[in-house]
Amino acid sequence: MKLRHLVWRELSVRRGQFITGLIAVLLGVAAVVAIHTVSIHSEKAVERELAALGANILILPKAVGAQNYYSADLNEKVMPEDYVARIAMSGLQGVQNLSPKLSLPADIAGTKFTVTGILPKSEFQAKAAWGGLAIFSKRKGCVAVNLPGEVAAEGKARGLARTRVIQDLALDEALLGADVAQGLAVTANGQIELRGRSFRVVGVLPTTGTIDDTRIFVHLHTVQEMAGAGAVINAIEVVGCCKDGATSLVDELNALLPEAKVVTIGQVIATQVSTNKLMSRLTWTFLAIIVVVGGAGIANAMYANVAERRREIATLMALGASRWQVSWIFLLKALIIGLAGGFGGYIVGTMAAILVGPQIAGMTVLPIAWLIPAAAFGTTVISLLAAWPPARRAGGIDPTLVFQEA
Amino acid sequence: MGFALTDVHKNYRRRGSSVAALDGVSLSIAAGEFVAVVGPSGCGKSTLLQIVGGLLAPSSGSVSFRGDDLYARRSADDRAAVRRANMGFVFQTFNLVPYLSAMENVQLPMAITGLTEAVQSERASALLTRMGLGDRLDHRPGELSIGQQQRVALARTLANEPTVILADEPTGNLDPETGSAILDMLASIHSEGRTVVMVTHDPQAARRAKRTLRLDRGRIMSDERVG
Repeated sequence: MKLRHLVWRELSVRRGQFITGLIAVLLGVAAVVAIHTVSIHSEKAVERELAALGANILILPKAVGAQNYYSADLNEKVMPEDYVARIAMSGLQGVQNLSPKLSLPADIAGTKFTVTGILPKSEFQAKAAWGGLAIFSKRKGCVAVNLPGEVAAEGKARGLARTRVIQDLALDEALLGADVAQGLAVTANGQIELRGRSFRVVGVLPTTGTIDDTRIFVHLHTVQEMAGAGAVINAIEVVGCCKDGATSLVDELNALLPEAKVVTIGQVIATQVSTNKLMSRLTWTFLAIIVVVGGAGIANAMYANVAERRREIATLMALGASRWQVSWIFLLKALIIGLAGGFGGYIVGTMAAILVGPQIAGMTVLPIAWLIPAAAFGTTVISLLAAWPPARRAGGIDPTLVFQEA
Repeated sequence: MGFALTDVHKNYRRRGSSVAALDGVSLSIAAGEFVAVVGPSGCGKSTLLQIVGGLLAPSSGSVSFRGDDLYARRSADDRAAVRRANMGFVFQTFNLVPYLSAMENVQLPMAITGLTEAVQSERASALLTRMGLGDRLDHRPGELSIGQQQRVALARTLANEPTVILADEPTGNLDPETGSAILDMLASIHSEGRTVVMVTHDPQAARRAKRTLRLDRGRIMSDERVG
């Protein structure tokens, strides 16, 4: 038998006490890990969105608040599709692409998806042609280059994922988000049934880590027919030709569509940035709470444990145990709680982030490896520091006083 | 040479006033003696045992073990090392660790000393068998009778093969028959050449010793040797 055996046996016998303490530590660590994991992914998503969509603009019904660029069209408010024609024929310069959307909830084999109607570029290109195609000409000073045939060369699915616009899409064709394709086990050239209609799958989008992964894209006019709401849309995504021109383009679009709300991706992302900042502050707040409450909890439990085991400690000392050996027993217990709480907290926190992250932050969340040692080390240090005073007290117990108490 | 106490005083502070537990005790205990310390409650018997065992520093005077002062320039950990190597304690309330088996309780002093697990198992098993508990190795204290618990405690005391056994009222909680069996075991342990110092208020138990020290109000009133 080793002295550490004493710790294990005591932990197994007083299991309830151990588990209660462990759960308290574990939940605290889990909260920090979950918030931090979501926060890190959210920051990365913002960076990605800014890099990829910096020039993008959203046109929404006036009453809609834009919290997330990718899910901005998932609202019940609608506006006339006619706005698309108005923009296409306006003669505005600096628009690279237009993407009107109308979304509906759908249920396939018991799984809920979003069906999003999109208008292929070919349809409003025709309208733009009537307006002299000025809309697709580059704004003065823009450095971005629109390569001819780029979208077609990339394939429909990849093109839609990257440029937010598709060149052609027939009324009975569909493009599937990555999660939908996986969930329905359908690949390109397969068939899906949607609200009594059959669609040919012309492509599967690559994973984007956004809500687009759970969408089924079909022709806008097909979705309008399904909805029976007439020629309406939820949002228009406008891809500007360059970031620099986006602000002045917003002013011009505002003047063109006074009944709608026009926001840049930067404005949409500002909400996410402030959420990230809040989450980051929350991480530190939770960390502080863990240090204070978790540490105090461990210290309190250890003091109680020392008081409860005074006779055992005095006996160990009478048998020849040094003060350090006695203290070590309690520090080892704290080490076990710290490590178990750290690892357990990482696992629970990461699982929570993976499950809840997509719902609250609208993004795919993956485990962050460096948080494993961070959580385990941080929790162990807190646990050991908190257990240090009671462990020293245990080592300083006067056995003669304890034996007198009998 | 065993213990030598010279003019040992021990005072306790009680509600602002000083109470003398030991008042100028001087004595020597040779190696291999079986000494009973008797006297009324509060006469300083247990205090004397704790001082001899290196658990309680005297207020003044010197205590030496094998010629070395136990308290002068020695830390509590140094005295723990002396105890670990040479002494075994028997308590009135046994003080077994409730969540360890009989076997593990006996292994405990050896774990503190750092003996290998093989030696621990072999020695603990042999000691418990010697105490008549060979079929109770895996039983926890709560699953043993009072007499069996004291026998486990006695086996634990012998685990590190101490030369000195310090017993504080070892039969105080036992019925006469079980108490007698424990005293037989202590006598057997003494017959192996170990020093036994036993505090007791039981005259029957004291009669088993070869020497009886009678204490009253912290002073040695008589020192009688038998045979």
